[in-house]
Amino acid sequence: MLIDLIPLALLGGVLGLDVVSFPQAMISRPIVASTIAGALVGQSPSGLLLGAALELIALETLPFGASRYPEWGSASVVGGAIFSSYPSHPAGAMSLAMVAALATTWIGGWTMVKLRQLNAVWAGRKRDALAAGARGSVISLQLDGMTADFARGALLTAIAYAALAPLSRMCIELWTIDQRDSRAFVVAVAASVAGGAAWKLFHSTAGALWFFGGGLALGLFMMFLR
Amino acid sequence: MTTNVSAATRSLPVRTQISMFVRMLAIQGAWNYETLLGNGIGFCLEPALRFLPGGVHGKAFKDAMARESHYFNAHPYLAAVAVGALARVELDGESPERIERFRTALCGPLGSVGDRLVWAGWLPFCSLASLALFGLGATPIVVVGFFLAAYNAGHFALRIWGLRTGWNHGLRVATALGHPVLRRGPQQIGRVAALATGVAIPLALGRIIGPGRSLLGLVLVTVALGSFLLVRLQGRIEGWRLSLFVVAAFVLFSVVR
Repeated sequence: MLIDLIPLALLGGVLGLDVVSFPQAMISRPIVASTIAGALVGQSPSGLLLGAALELIALETLPFGASRYPEWGSASVVGGAIFSSYPSHPAGAMSLAMVAALATTWIGGWTMVKLRQLNAVWAGRKRDALAAGARGSVISLQLDGMTADFARGALLTAIAYAALAPLSRMCIELWTIDQRDSRAFVVAVAASVAGGAAWKLFHSTAGALWFFGGGLALGLFMMFLR
Repeated sequence: MTTNVSAATRSLPVRTQISMFVRMLAIQGAWNYETLLGNGIGFCLEPALRFLPGGVHGKAFKDAMARESHYFNAHPYLAAVAVGALARVELDGESPERIERFRTALCGPLGSVGDRLVWAGWLPFCSLASLALFGLGATPIVVVGFFLAAYNAGHFALRIWGLRTGWNHGLRVATALGHPVLRRGPQQIGRVAALATGVAIPLALGRIIGPGRSLLGLVLVTVALGSFLLVRLQGRIEGWRLSLFVVAAFVLFSVVR
């Protein structure tokens, strides 16, 4: 268990850091993070499958400055690793992995707020040095903040995976709904969020409704061709 | 490092530019609710400020560091414009009062333009395009590679452009914010992203659920109704939170029944 946990925790730390602190290259987006977690478990296609479902929900998240938002990086590692550890995708695996990811993303958002408060405390302690223009204080604040953010992501991933992976295993054994129906339910919920998010994002753009309609017709046509 | 970079030379050494760019990637490293991006701005400017008279031990450097490390708010990518412009005005020797006023004036536009262009435009577009690619059956490496390459092409280009534009225009940087990409970009990206939404959602659904059109049809109708409901509930509950409750209730139902 510990052997599995260390690489996942390190990955969670790196991806948690990417959300805000460094480098915001969006490796923390679910479609990337969950796929990487899947690859770490040896099942990148499974990671991608869950990542795509989570990405539909994450479309709603706009990381505007001071607003409080869910932390998808570490959460996607937890969800992606849990789902990928069942390569045959038994009934309930996707639903449980999604609940694990969404619960972790909620806690992750809260830990980010706490980290920001901690950064303010550290900055307050160095107020005099900052007012005197001490470069060492500016640099150390930046490095301390990033180190703490990495530790936050790693710890969150380790705790969430250690707690939720065994719980998921237990629930899968008790699962009673058919595999395809379970998956359809979960993906319908995720796509509903994506639809609502798209409206929120683009409804004020002139002509967007026509573009959406055209895209939908094209998407449905390609889907029925496949 | 005490070499002076005068306004006449109109450029910073490449090494300094690279150092500032790399630091820009960590501009939010010490983000907090009091100074927001402030410390990050000082952190990114520090390599350029070393060229002030007296170097890092000089009064000019310390005064500038103190001035640049307090409260600042902007979009993290477009903050590059502020970093470039502030480096320029500091090295040009503008008066502290003028720099303070300039710094304050930069906050608003760099926040709102960046939010609309990146968070509400480029990021969802790249995300939806990669979901469409996923729906078409692309492999994990193709989907992830496409998303990261497309998104970061825009991301890095914006940061590099910002740093250069800020440095080149200095106090007159406001004129550069009228760039067509910044003014019309969000509208154009919005239309293409709306198109990508239409294409991506059915394709992604199809791939996640797997073969079987009867179930897919039912799911599409459910998605339409669910989206309508979420639009009506907008502002009252976030979709991700509602998803957690709904899927958790579904799990509970399946496990205990």
